[in-house]
Parts: sequence; C-alpha cells; structure tokens
Amino acid sequence: MTDALRAEWTKLRTIAGTWWLMVGAVAVTVAASAGIAASTHVSPGGPGGASQDPTKLALIGVDLGQAVVAVLAVLAVTEEYGAGMIRVTLAAIPRRRVMLGAKAVNIAGLALITAVPAVAGSLIAGRLLLPEAGLGPAHGYALVSIAHGPTLRAAFGSVLYLGLIALLSLGIGAVLRDSAVSTGIVLGLLYLPPLLAQLVSGPWRRHIQQIAPMTAGLAIQATRNIRSLPISPWAGLGVLAAWAAGMLLVGLAVLKARDA
Amino acid sequence: MSALVQPSRGGDFRAALRAEWTKFRTVRGWMIGLVFAALMVVLFTFLQANGKHTGYCTTPNPDSCVAGHQYVPTGPSGEAVADTYELVAKRLTGNSTITARITSLVGRIWAGPANEAPSLADTQPGLTSWAKAGLLITPSTKQGSSYAAVMATGGHGVRFQYDYTHDQAGLPGLASRTAPRWLRITRTGDTITGYDSIDGTNWHRVGSADLGGLPRTVYVGLFTTSPTTSEGLATQATASFDHIAIGPLADDSGQAAPGRWHGASIGAGPQDYYTTLGNGGYRQARDSIVVTGSGDIAPAVASAGGDTASDSLLFGLAVALIVLIVIGTMFITSEYRRGLIRTTFAATPDRGRVLAAKAVVIGGVAFAVGAVASAAAIPLGEHVMNANGNYIFPADSLTVARVIVGSGALVALTAVAVLGIGTILRRSAGAILAGVVVFVLPTFTGPGIIGPTSSGSAAAWLYRVTPAAGFSMLGLLPRSGLVSYPYTMANGYYPLPPWAGLLVLGAYAAVALFAALVVLRWRDA
Repeated sequence: MTDALRAEWTKLRTIAGTWWLMVGAVAVTVAASAGIAASTHVSPGGPGGASQDPTKLALIGVDLGQAVVAVLAVLAVTEEYGAGMIRVTLAAIPRRRVMLGAKAVNIAGLALITAVPAVAGSLIAGRLLLPEAGLGPAHGYALVSIAHGPTLRAAFGSVLYLGLIALLSLGIGAVLRDSAVSTGIVLGLLYLPPLLAQLVSGPWRRHIQQIAPMTAGLAIQATRNIRSLPISPWAGLGVLAAWAAGMLLVGLAVLKARDA
Repeated sequence: MSALVQPSRGGDFRAALRAEWTKFRTVRGWMIGLVFAALMVVLFTFLQANGKHTGYCTTPNPDSCVAGHQYVPTGPSGEAVADTYELVAKRLTGNSTITARITSLVGRIWAGPANEAPSLADTQPGLTSWAKAGLLITPSTKQGSSYAAVMATGGHGVRFQYDYTHDQAGLPGLASRTAPRWLRITRTGDTITGYDSIDGTNWHRVGSADLGGLPRTVYVGLFTTSPTTSEGLATQATASFDHIAIGPLADDSGQAAPGRWHGASIGAGPQDYYTTLGNGGYRQARDSIVVTGSGDIAPAVASAGGDTASDSLLFGLAVALIVLIVIGTMFITSEYRRGLIRTTFAATPDRGRVLAAKAVVIGGVAFAVGAVASAAAIPLGEHVMNANGNYIFPADSLTVARVIVGSGALVALTAVAVLGIGTILRRSAGAILAGVVVFVLPTFTGPGIIGPTSSGSAAAWLYRVTPAAGFSMLGLLPRSGLVSYPYTMANGYYPLPPWAGLLVLGAYAAVALFAALVVLRWRDA
C-alpha cells in the first residue's frame, strides 16, 4: 500500500497541471467569495434582513472552487486512460482496490491541502468586506470569526466538503474513464439539482435539496436558521459522503469487471 | 486529368465540411448525446409544467383561496389586456358624437399594509400618472372588447387611445378647474376620431382609429379608471364632467340623445385579476356627471400572473447546454488526443477552414437539437399547464417562433464558443470546466446560488453582460409604455431585448472562435 501511495503521489506531483489546478481552485474560491461579498448590499430592515448568514455568504466561493477541485480529481484517473498509462499502473499495482485506494488518499489529501487556504482566504475576505455590505457589527451581525462555534464548524466542514467532492469526482472518473464525459457529468451532478430545486415547488424542492450532493453537502456552511434548512449540517455532509463512497465503490466494481 | 484542376475555394470548404460532418456523425456516443439532450429538454419541460398549480385568493384570508386562475381578458388582437373601468354610457345607433368638459381629475392611493386587500378605508390623496378619464366608444361592455377613447390623464396630458396598445398624444397638462380640458369623440362608419380643446371653440384632432366591423349600435359615454402605481398600490380616480353633449352626428350636437345614462363597472369583481381600490360609481347632478373608477384599460403586464410558454424550458435547456458543451469540446480535443488533428490538417492545410467547418457542423447540430427540442417542448408544456388550470400568457406565433429559434441559437452559440475554448486549451476537462462556469453558471447564479441576498440589480447585470444574456430570447412578457410597471428580473422580465441578449452571447462565441483561430495558426498541431 505504501508503495502504491508513493507511486500515485509521484505521478500526481510531477504533473504540472496538478499544481496549477490547486492554485486555480484557491484563487477562484477566494476571488468569488471576495467578489460576491464586495457586490452584496443588504438593505437594513429589508424583508428577511436579519436572516442573512454572513458565514455562508463568506464561503460562497466554495460553490465555484469545487468545480476546479472536481476537475483535478477527474483528471487524476481519466488522464491515465487517455494516455494509456493505466496499463502500466495496473501492471505495477495489479490489485484494483489498492490502486484506487492509493489514488483516493492522494487526491483527498491534495483537495484538503487546497481547501484550507481557499476557505481561510474566503473567511478573511468576508471578515473584511461584509461589514461594508451591511452585514457587520453596525447592523447587528458579528464579524466572521472562527472563534464562533458554528463558523468554525462551517469552515472545517467546507474543507471536508471539498475533500468529499474530490472523492466523488474520482469515483465518477473511474467509472466513465473519459475526461470530457466525466467532467460534464460531475459538473452536471453538482450544479443542475440546485437549479432544478429553484424551479419545482412543494416537497420536491426539499427532497432534491436533501439528496443532491451540492445542496446537501453545503448545509455544513449554515450558521443561522439551522432549523429551517432542508437537512441538518452534518447529515448533509453525510449525504455527500455517501455519494462519494457510492461512486468510489461503483468505480472499483467497474475497474475490477472491465479490462483497462 | 481532373485531379490536376485546382478546386475552387468553395469546393475546398465543402470538402472540409463533409469531412467534419462525417467525423461527427460516426461517433455513436455523440449522436446518443444529442438525442439525450433533446429528450431532457422535453422531459424537464414536462416535469416543470406538471409541477405548476396556480391558485388565487380573493381576500388575504386563506379560506378565500381557490385553485385555478383569475380572469385575464384577451384583447382584439389576441393579447392579454387589463380592461377594468367605470363606464357611464348611452347606446347610440349610426354615426354619433359626444362632447364633454373635464374640470377636475383627482385620485386616492392605497396606504395600508401590503398584505391586506386594498379598500378605501386607508388611503391618501394622489393621482397616478396613467389615471384616465374621458370619452369612450365601444361595441360591447364585455372585457377585452375593441374600443376607442379620448381622455385626460394624470401625468401624460390628453391622449387618444384605441384597442389597448395604440396611443396618440394631445394637449399636455392636467385637467383642472382653471385649465379644463374639452374632449370630443365622433363615430363615422367604422372610423372614430378624437379631438381636444382648451375652450370648447377651437378644436384640435388628436387621432383617429379604424375599428373594423363596428356594429351600428355602440356604447358611447364617459369613463374613469386608475391603474396600480409602479409600486403595485391600488388607486382610484374621480373626474368631473360637464357641458356634456351626446347625440347623432350631423344633427345639432347640443341636442341630447334619447334614453338615460347607464352606469357599468366593467370587470369589477373577485374573478377579475386587476387589483382595484373600491368599487367605482357615478353621480349625476343637474348638468354634470362625476365618475369614479379604478382599474386600467391597457396591455396586461406580468402582474396579470400566469406562466409563459417558455417558462418551463429553462432547466431542460441548461441540461442540453451541458451535454453540448461536452460534445463541442470533444469534437476538437479528441482529435488532439488521438493525433487525428495532424491528418485533418494534412487533408485541409487551411486551419481557418477546418475550424470554420467544425463550427458550422457543431453549431448546426446544436441549433437543430435546441430548436427541435423546444418546438416539441413548448406545446407540451402549454398543454400540461392548461390542463392544470394555469393561465398562460398569450403569445403570437411569431413570438413563439422567436423563442424556438432562440433556444436553438442559444445552444448553438454556446457549442461554437466551447469549440473555440477547446481548440485553445486542447484539453477536455479544462474546456468543459470553462464552458460550464462561463456559459451555464451565470444563468442561475442570481437566485440559485447567491440566494435571497442577491439584489435584483445584480441578477440583472448577470443577464446583461454574461452569456446568460442569451436567455433573453426566452422572454415573452410584453412591455408597454402605457403601463407604469417595474420591468425587473424579479417580475419575470429579462433586462435586455431578446435579440440584443443573443448578440451578447454571440459576441462571446465570436471572441472564443477568433482567439481559437489565432492560436491555431500560430501553434504546431
């Protein structure tokens, strides 16, 4: 297993694209968080004015940054199929489970390493910019701070969220083997259900938000009105974990059943 | 010998086109993807339409809520209209005329809480700019009937209007005791002409209308109405008429027509969709009539409620966009991956021609998928919504055709743009990532992701400057200068006109394709 881990690590770290995607994920996350925080204006006393969630707003860049993390994870497996490298890999590590496990550990690790500065940067941007948007102490909101229990949970949870998104994407990549199709499916799976939830009414909206990986997983970012969420924060992250585990298992099954 | 003959440039392009089309259609996965995309548009349109059930409440009390929709009249040319007003009229046969002087036009505006039914109990004085009082000729008191009228308004001076959408301006200024407005309207055959005057002697023609098929006997009389303000507050207006002369034309017009005045509240009642402030009515003194009314005679805007034929298309099109983004990317990146691109360039050394042929092929199939899917989905969605008892905003066939073409063009331009991005990046994942982030996410970033914090203007800017502007082609709700209404995203109006929105998306596609061409010419394959 250690050899497999080291082999996968060597492959990942020596591809220039890996580092660019990690830097890109951090940049996109922080830039999106800062951009939205800077362009938000909450009118005091407006409808629902007191129900805003500064922490969730500060972490909004994760919505976008996860796409880059997902691509990073998809490429870790589909690029091997594209280049034929997979046959060498499997010759060296014939046990599919060990090979996929090693990839999963490495990719999850890289995703977590990427997530820490991305989430930290987003929170700092929120702390600096949100007071000007009408979400600061002057309007009855506390500054975004990880000393605040729910905010710490949201920050820690967002890091885990990005790790799980990477595992989910890795699983889909292992099933589909083609980078284009896998990327399309992963992005569709992440971004389409929230749109669908906006368009349907009644209990279906809630069900979609409870089941879809992005909406369920991002419940971890909520720090206010938690009772009105479609799914509680940790349960939501659990749903995403189930997605990731399920996709990895399907990926493993496909890997075992099919020739490379 | 013919092999030595240099083929024409057009022939070269046709050959490149045929080559690209052959490459495209022989990849089974792509063809399946196209069919899948079209089916998804139809399926999700059905699901979305099927999930829509409307109801309405006649009072804020939930017990008064019923399923179905309120009545929205349909005007003479098939458009949705507001037709709610107070009419005091006589029935006159043959050519006829009415003259009257308006000495005051005042109003009241609802000042109570937004969640209560407007009533006169809590109002403040105020006159909305499209409050209307004047003289009107109509064949019927049924809502949505043809009409022509000359009127004094709250803020737009004297107007001659007919059949809800036509408008001509007369004297400016507000009618008052010190500056009364004389109005006259005449009917000659099917032609109705409106006049105004400041003294009752010197008349000026404001406009005329040809109401085809007008019956011999029509209603001729006085009317008052007052629409909701642009903030949505119900209003009421009261106008004083005197020096009223009504009768057959060509006789001396001072002679009163036989018969009594009949008052009618057109469209009042809980079934009518228009929000009014109290019931109208009229009071007749010795030589004057005071008419009070609430409502509007104008095109209906989104406040009429209801869905449009294209409302349910949005999500299905987003799915189709993602599928076409994947296929559009692979159309070029798979050539790089397999090295086929070198064969392609050996066969057609002009790289611009290869790129153009690819753009035509992917654009053409994407257009077909979007247009065919929405042509199938729109009638299906309308049928389902109708069956659910929903009101569907009427749209003429030309407008529906524009939505169908727009759906095709939206998918086509996106696919072409992503082809460009794929050519520049050569890598599938990056191109698809860029395609989805740039061409799909802005469409639902406003309400979908940013949530309630997104101000209406932020969402509107996304639909002006990002590729989401292309969705303006789905806009069906009418705008009218004759209605004070906030035409905002929140109310269902796209900020750009349809074709301007498509142009924005087209600009993105053009830039991507041009950059791809430059890169393609500079770089080795």
